[in-house]
Order: sequence, then C-alpha cells, then structure tokens
Amino acid sequence: MNPNSVSGAMQTQSPKPTSYVFQIENLSVYYGSNPAVKNVSLKVPARQITAFIGPSGCGKSTVLRCFNRTNDLIPGARVEGKLTYHGKDLYAADVDPVSVRRHIGMVFQKPNPFPKSIYDNVAYGPRVLGMKVDLDEVVETSLKRAALWDEVKDKLKESGQSLSGGQQQRLCIARALAVQPDVILMDEPCSALDPISTRRIEELMKELEQDYTIIIVTHNMQQASRVSDMTAFFSVELVGSNRVGELVEFDKTEVIFNNPSKEATRDYVEGRFG
Amino acid sequence: MSDSARFIGEEEKIDISSIAPIRNYSSRFLTFLSILCVVVLLASLSWVLWDVAKEGVNKLNWYNLTQIRYPAPGLEDGGFGHAIVGSLMVLSTAAVISFPFGILAAVYLSEFGRGTRLAYLVKFSCNVLTGVPAILCGLFAYAVVVRGSGFSAFSGGIATGVLMLPIVIRSTEEALLLVSPDMRLASVGLGSTRFQTTMRIVLPTAAPAIVTGLIVALARAAGEAAPLLFTSFNNNFWSTDLFGPVATLPVMTYFFAIIPFRPQQQLAWAGALVLLAMVLVASTISRFVVHKTKK
Amino acid sequence: MTSAARDFESSQDINIEKKMDSSRILDVGFVRLTLVLSIFAGILLILVILQTTEAALPAIQQFGLEFLVTSRWNPVENIFGVLPQIYGTLMTSLVALVFAVPLGIGTAIFLTEDFAPKWITVPIGFAIELIVAIPSVVLGLWGIFVLIPAVRPIFRAINESMKWFPLFGGPAPRGPSLLIVSLVLSIMICPIIASITRSTFESLPRNLRDGALALGATRWETILTVMIPAGLSGIVSSIMLAMGRALGETMVAAMISGNANRINISLMQPGSTITGLIASQFGEAGRLQVSALMYAGVVLMILTLVVNVLAEIVIRRFQNLEQ
Repeated sequence: MNPNSVSGAMQTQSPKPTSYVFQIENLSVYYGSNPAVKNVSLKVPARQITAFIGPSGCGKSTVLRCFNRTNDLIPGARVEGKLTYHGKDLYAADVDPVSVRRHIGMVFQKPNPFPKSIYDNVAYGPRVLGMKVDLDEVVETSLKRAALWDEVKDKLKESGQSLSGGQQQRLCIARALAVQPDVILMDEPCSALDPISTRRIEELMKELEQDYTIIIVTHNMQQASRVSDMTAFFSVELVGSNRVGELVEFDKTEVIFNNPSKEATRDYVEGRFG
Repeated sequence: MSDSARFIGEEEKIDISSIAPIRNYSSRFLTFLSILCVVVLLASLSWVLWDVAKEGVNKLNWYNLTQIRYPAPGLEDGGFGHAIVGSLMVLSTAAVISFPFGILAAVYLSEFGRGTRLAYLVKFSCNVLTGVPAILCGLFAYAVVVRGSGFSAFSGGIATGVLMLPIVIRSTEEALLLVSPDMRLASVGLGSTRFQTTMRIVLPTAAPAIVTGLIVALARAAGEAAPLLFTSFNNNFWSTDLFGPVATLPVMTYFFAIIPFRPQQQLAWAGALVLLAMVLVASTISRFVVHKTKK
Repeated sequence: MTSAARDFESSQDINIEKKMDSSRILDVGFVRLTLVLSIFAGILLILVILQTTEAALPAIQQFGLEFLVTSRWNPVENIFGVLPQIYGTLMTSLVALVFAVPLGIGTAIFLTEDFAPKWITVPIGFAIELIVAIPSVVLGLWGIFVLIPAVRPIFRAINESMKWFPLFGGPAPRGPSLLIVSLVLSIMICPIIASITRSTFESLPRNLRDGALALGATRWETILTVMIPAGLSGIVSSIMLAMGRALGETMVAAMISGNANRINISLMQPGSTITGLIASQFGEAGRLQVSALMYAGVVLMILTLVVNVLAEIVIRRFQNLEQ
C-alpha cells in the first residue's frame, strides 16, 4: 500500500481497498463559480462494469471525466473533494495527469479515430508513450480484443476514418487497449451507433470485463441493465437558477432496476421521469 | 410581391394578387440598384483582368522571364529574370521568419491559451497590426535594419515578414480551430503530452488548411511593393546577395510604369500579369481547399 | 504480450507521480516557446510604433506640430510640412468611401437576400473576393495607362460645366488627380465592405427577417427597416476597416495622384497623399528628410490606428452581443 495519500478514515471505511479501483468522497465539480455536480461519493469495484445513468445535465459525464482528469483541459473547471485511484489521491499535487491518462483509457460518444491508417491509430498510444513492445503484435492483439481484427486485417493501411461507425468505435476501443490500461472509461459509446453495432460493443464490454475495470456513462437504461454490474443513478436539482447534478443512488444493478430504495430512482427506471 | 405569398383559398375575399403599386415599383427599383452594384464591381474586375492579360501577354515569354539584364531606358533588349530571383529571395526570407513564428504563436492561441486574457490581447493586437499600412512595415524595417546595414533583400524580407505574420497567425489559428476537439481528447486520453498531441495529431490534421493559408499569405505579400521600396530597394543587375539591394517584381513594375519608355512599360505589364496570375491561382486553390475542409 | 491486461493487485505497479523525464521537459519547453512567440507577436505592433517614432524624432523635435499645418516640402532648405498630404489622404479615402459604401452594401444585399440562386451568387462572391487580392501596383499600372485616358473626357466635361464648385474647379484636368485615386481606391475597398456586411447579414437570426416578412413587409422594406439597422455595427466596422485600407494604400496613390506638393482643393487636380509622398521621396532622401518622412509615417500610423482600433472594438462588441 502507498501510505502517503490514503487517509485513515478511508481505510477503515473500505475493508478490502484493493478490490476498489476508485473511491470518491464528497466530490464536487465547478465550472467557473457554478457547481456542475455536488457531493458525490461512491466506490468503483475492480473488474466490473459500473454504469452511470440519469437525465442529461445530471453531471454523469462530468464525474466520468474526473477519473482521467480530462476536466483539467476545460478552462475554469475546478474539482473539490477526494478521489483516490488504487489508494492514491488523483488530484494530489505530485500527480501527473498525463501519466494518469496512460493508465485510464477513454472511449468517446462519437467515434473519433485519428486521420491516420488503422494500424497507426492503434499504434499511436504505444508510440507516444515510448513503450518497448513489438508494435505489430500489439496492434494485432488489441484489434483482436476489440473484435475488429477479422474485418480489418487485410486493410491495416487504410484510413481509420474509412470504416463504418461501429467499426470506428471498436477501433477507438482497440486504440485504448493498446496502451495496456487498467480502466476504460466510456462516455455514451453507443449513442451514435445503430442497434447492431451497439449490440456488438455491448458483447465486447462483457468480454473485456474479465480483465478491465469499465465505467460507462449511458442514456440508455436498457443498456445499463444489460451490461453493468453496478449502477449509479444521477439526477439534477435546481439550485436558484443553476442546474446542479447529484448522485441519488448507487447499488448493484439488479437492485437499482428492481428494488431501488429511492422514489426518484424508481420513477426514472420505470420511465416516469425525463 | 405576389409570388412570395403562399395564401390559398377564399380568393374572392382576399386580394393577394398585388400590393400597392408604389411599394412594388420602389422594390423593383432597389432590386435593380443592387444588381447594378454587382455589375459595376464585376465590370471593374473584368476590365482590369482584360487589360493586364492583353498587354502583359505580348511581352510575357521565356526570354523575358529568364533574361537577367535590365534594359537601358528606351532600349528594347532585356527582361526581368533578376526581379524574379530578387522576389524569391525576399519572400523566402519573409517565409523563414513568419511561418514558424506565426504557426507556433497560433498554436498557443488555439491550443494552450484559448480563452485567456493574454490570447485575447494578442489577437486584438494582431488584428490591428493587419490593418497597419504595408508601407509602415517598410518604414519599420528601414528603421531597424537599413539604417544600420543599408538596402538589402534581407531587410525587404523583414518588412514582408512583419506584414505576413499577423495574417499567418490568423489563418493558422482558424485552421487549428477546425480540428475537432474530440481528436485532442482522444490523444490526451491515451497519455500523450500536449507537445505530442500538437505535433502528431493537431498539426497534421490541420495541415492542408494551414498550408493553404501560408500560400495565400505569401502570394498576397508577393504583390506588395510598398514595404520593399526602401528596404530591398531596386537593382539594375543580377544579384543573389541577400545583404545587398535586389530588384523585385512589384518594385520593378512600379519603376517601369512611371518612366516614359514603351519597352519598359511593356515589361511592367508583363510583370503585372505574373503577379496577378500568382495571386489569382493561389486564391482559387485556397477557395477549393477551404471548401473541402469545411465539409 | 500474452494478456493485454496487466495485473494491478498491488498498487505499486501504478506510477502516476510527476517525473521530470525528457518528454515532460520537451512538453513544458514547447508550451513556453509558443507562449513567448505569441507574446512577441502581440508586442510587435508596439515595436513597429516605437521604432518608427524613434526614427522620426529629429523631425518631430525640429518641426513640432507645425509639421501638420504647413504645406512646404523643401529638401534643399530642409523645411517640411505635410498639410497637402493630410488633405489628400483624407479626401481620397472619404471620396472612395462615398463610392464604395453604397456599392458594397448593395452588393452584400444582392448576395445574401436570395435575389439569385446559389450557383450565381457563389461565383460572384468569389470573384468579388478576388478583387481584394489584386496587387495594388497592378491597379496603379492599370490606372495610369487605362483608367486615366478613359475618364479624361468625362472629367473635362464635369470640370467645364461645374467650374464654380471648388471640388471640381481648376484648369482642364490632364490626368493624375485625387479623384482618379479615389476611383481606384473605391474598387479596392468595396469588396471589404461587401464581404463583412454580407457575413453580418448572414449572422443575423433568421426569425428577424421572417418576422418582418410575416407582417406583410416587402423584401426591401424588411432589408431597410430590419436588416440594415440590426446589422449596423457590422456595417460600420466594415466601413472603418475599408477606410483604414484606403488611408494606407500606397502604390495607387504614388502612381496616379500626380504627387503634387501643394494643396489643391479641387479633386480634379494633381495632389498627394502621405503614402505617395513617402514612396516617391524615400529613395533619394537626405537625413532630415528621411526623418520627416518617418514623421509623416507616424501621422499615417495614428490615423489608421484610430480607425482600425475603433473598427476592432465595434466588431468585438457586436460579437459579444451575439453570444
């Protein structure tokens, strides 16, 4: 254990700290002086899929972006509270956000392959990180894990942007896998895809779950109930004229969808809200 | 106007066939005026293009383009190869100064400093600098370089570089803004540094638009005589000395235009045609590249 | 690599602390380099102003503000004043605007208001943008050999019939004159007004126009009572940018103004502008004369800076309103 950034309180709260990848306590994110999301506390278990659901504006994507510190890139964004990653404070002064992102991959809402060949897309991460690996092998393994290899193995030199939407998204997943991450964050990865491609990505997530911790933000409740093990339901509250996101309930997925403890959660999962 | 009304039914009660005649006539008159404005502008453009093409083509041949000797007043013999070489020297110097400088400054404005007060001030200052007359860039280079070391192609390059810098910055920044923010996030999300993201993703993606902007800036600057009049000055002979005065196409066109000898005037027309063709080709190319990128 | 995933049972494997390795140093250095260059680009304007003023100091000390209101330019006796050039600069620009403003706004309206299908307006818009790209020395050349002979009879006729009017008076016009300069300048700056006004119109909310049309206004009533007032700040700033360009245009003035160092109220007579003066005298100027020309440059700089800064502020205020 790394003692210098884990508080004593945290350790007593979590008897098995190694089984949690992230622990959030009272996390708030501000854009300028307005809070976007307030007082979120939850623990993300390792090697499981955790889904963030909720209406738009509830701050689920904002919280997701804290995990790999991409909120840092937005001018005026500020994070308060505690966020630990394997027991280390992610927002400690001695933490390098670039190294954080190397361990925590991200897949975005719209497939965003680089305007490079399929091969170079996957090889980009190992190259910029200076990883001493056999690139051909990494590209092949990553594309296989992303269930894309059979479709593209004969055209690795073609542009990644020439693929279909679903293939592009799997290419982006392969690109993230190539740097051997620990966690994969997915920000509505299927919202721009057709149902068949969506199904393939969901199957892929279930496979990847064996080896990776996955956090997925989704609008689609069926998707959350199909793929995730844990579900966090976020909602939005009106404070003055500001819309502030908050975490309503966090539990096992079957509990959230079948027997939630909060009224607001029940209303949402039964479609009576939003 | 009757054709723009889309009212159907109850024709007997509502008259939609016409509006008050006075409104109709004044409308037509104004439409006529507005078309007239366009016609006047297009006619001026065609008039200029026609004369330059007609007069310039007479003297534009391989001999003139490559001939190195500046003709003595009144004599037929000679060409402007030396002015083309001089222009190339001045423009290369300007490009070497303003391209890397402008691109890197634009990278700051678009990638690292976006939305900051500093970026706002720099852009404000650059926009004002764009409006500073070209001749003042020449005075600046005179004060800084020529006073110390005399007329030179190098000082002409400085003047032209100052002229181009704000244009390079602006067009590069616009090109960088066309790169989707997702692309940067994806690269950063893989653990690459800002330097790697800029060099490997952002600049290569924006490259066609950036290069187009650079070509247009260079082509526009190539036609500017004002900053060169008292920097690179003029030279009647072949010169490849970067630190000596050289003839350039625009300055040569100016000097030949104002002397009363027909052969020289014809060379001026030929020089004008070369300048014009260069700028028009660059603008046309850029038009198509920019259209393609925006799609 | 047998398994793509790594085992992070123990958190020691994960290294997220800051290290000063080479890629990080390169990264920080790169960002600082771009920062420094962009700051330098920002102060370049100030550098240009300071250097020119410094070179003008001897003349500023010698002639003071009298420089601006006297009209002798005598290199032999070293007496210099630029009143005729200030008059010529302002007059040519203002008269050019008189032609260019209606022409530019009329063109912008034609290009935005669906008078013609897109396959007509798009190439026309491009052709008009090409005018801005024509090198001014080419327009000057064209002015000398084509425009002056072409308009000479017209100028003479106007001069004949309106001799009583000071702006058209004087002896029969021969050719180079302030009015010719204005004509060529108006062709040069008209596209600036047209393109900025056009983008202003295009940025106005669609429902503004639809609202007026729905009330039964004709297209032109909508343009005159809704579009032009709503886009006024854009139009005003386009006019100021065009004016800045006209004030600083050098080659046209140097080639067809006649470079006469005396005040001629009449636009039909040869005159001179600040830019024309600098361009035509710099080559063979003595030391104090160079300084006096620098002083004239400073005067021009102040004129254009005022116009351009105003234009920039109006544009930015307009953009802020939009957001």
